[in-house]
Amino acid sequence: MASTSITVEETAERGLLLARADDALVLGHRLSEWTGRAPLLEEELALANVALDLIGQARALYQATGLDEDALAYRRDASGFRNALIMELPNGDFAVTMARLFLVSTATDLYWRAAVADELLGPIAARAEKETAYHVRHAAEWLVRLGDGTAESHRRAQDALDLLWPYTGELFEPAPLGPDPAALRPAWEAAVAPVIARATLRRPADGWMQSGGRSGRHTEHLGHMLAEMQVLPRTYPDARW
Amino acid sequence: MYSQALNTPTKLADTSPEATRFQDRIDAEERIEPNDWMPEAYRRTLVRQISQHAHSEIVGMLPEGNWITRAPSLKRKAALLAKVQDEGGHGLYLYAAAETLGVAREELVDQLLSGRAKYSSIFNYPTLTWADIGAIGWLVDGAAIMNQIPLCRCSYGPYARAMIRICKEESFHQRQGYEIMLTLSRGTAEQKAMAQDALDRWWWPCLMMFGPPDGQSNHSDTSMRWKIKRFTNDALRQKFVDATVPQGHYLGLTFPDPDLRWDEAAGHWRFGDIDWEEFRRVLAGDGPCNRERLAARRQAHADGAWVRDAARAHAAKQHAKAA
Ligand SMILES: [Fe+2]
Ligand SMILES: [Fe+2]
Repeated sequence: MASTSITVEETAERGLLLARADDALVLGHRLSEWTGRAPLLEEELALANVALDLIGQARALYQATGLDEDALAYRRDASGFRNALIMELPNGDFAVTMARLFLVSTATDLYWRAAVADELLGPIAARAEKETAYHVRHAAEWLVRLGDGTAESHRRAQDALDLLWPYTGELFEPAPLGPDPAALRPAWEAAVAPVIARATLRRPADGWMQSGGRSGRHTEHLGHMLAEMQVLPRTYPDARW
Repeated sequence: MYSQALNTPTKLADTSPEATRFQDRIDAEERIEPNDWMPEAYRRTLVRQISQHAHSEIVGMLPEGNWITRAPSLKRKAALLAKVQDEGGHGLYLYAAAETLGVAREELVDQLLSGRAKYSSIFNYPTLTWADIGAIGWLVDGAAIMNQIPLCRCSYGPYARAMIRICKEESFHQRQGYEIMLTLSRGTAEQKAMAQDALDRWWWPCLMMFGPPDGQSNHSDTSMRWKIKRFTNDALRQKFVDATVPQGHYLGLTFPDPDLRWDEAAGHWRFGDIDWEEFRRVLAGDGPCNRERLAARRQAHADGAWVRDAARAHAAKQHAKAA
């Protein structure tokens, strides 16, 4: 049988849009996995809100490529995905989920702010920035609660930061188009440090940084995520849903 | 999703002046508010019904949540996630409405997790294919609406007001579910088969959602007199069947009931016997998913304990600092 996969003709513009869209979709998908599992009913709703914002951003960005959004989401193999590795890591416990949302959204929020003036991203960036600013606030509040809360929550929050830190470098890798992520790093540091301090946590040292997502070299986790996410369109390639 | 008619009978023997005045207010279609005098049995009945309803919303997130990560398009994924989020929101309003009657949410959740509280039997059935997401929206939310529209005029103010908000969202869910079924039934042969199979599995359990037949349900009188309930189980069930059968036919699907026929004289769709044995079995805990549903709620609660502890500890520290 013929493969159900597509390959995308990647122009520089499409590469830029796909990197941002895949970031949003993969993280949104991960957050949607919390449905029915959240520690509080209020958090069930909040996590779904963030996931919905991210999936909405992904759709707008996919549509801006001029290609079919569902073909991009459901018919590319893992190697065709351009998201940063941190997005695809499993949710882990609530501390990992919130620490990731905090670290990533703080970087993304700065990115969208810088992108408002960008010709390609501008129209999407303005709205995405507003949403992302809320994600940052929500995740920062939780990181502080967890870091400052009990001995157990403190330990889990610190473990989460330590686990995730080596994946943060990729968020600032230079890109050929759009705002330069590398230039956002100092502002990110300045935004992240006080929250980590308020949470009574320790900022992990910068060691070796994991990388590869933007060129399609992913962790083992993405393939499993896509196998689940893409199962229907791959199994019934002629169907419309 | 919705409150199943499970209530037990209550006596209405109180002839005190307060009780008489209370009944007069109800008869005059006045709303009862949290600080008003009310018979203890009225309060208990409402707490039970509202909390069962809240639990149903929360447990109801699980069968549909089962397909969020496998929704077949980004549009469907967002819509399903938003729908399941709405159901969580319904749970939240309903717990809040129950709390106006003097019970804490924690206590009610505890009743659910310990297996003492009931929730709608429908959520003890599994979602096996994507078509089940369509069938649940169309049929389960559809049945919920039939039950809940009259509750918008329930005598207890906070419950009635919660229901008004909830009903708007449920009818959106119903249309969205029907639209999934329409897409499938106009799709490939495999998709049509999926849609038919979903109807085959969900139809009878949906009819059971309205509760036992009027002859066997002994609680209705008091609830009707108190205007908590305004129509009997059978009347609501018939209304649902009459509304739903033409919709199914429009989809080109067949209902799994050889006795289903149009009664021209009465203007109703007549349907076959419901398997009440199955209903009782599922309520008693032996449905296909009862154990899994409860285990999933318990697991989420247990896994979240350290998070809730952390939030409390942090709040206490902040409070101490502010003092
Ligand atoms: Fe609901
Ligand atoms: Fe609903």
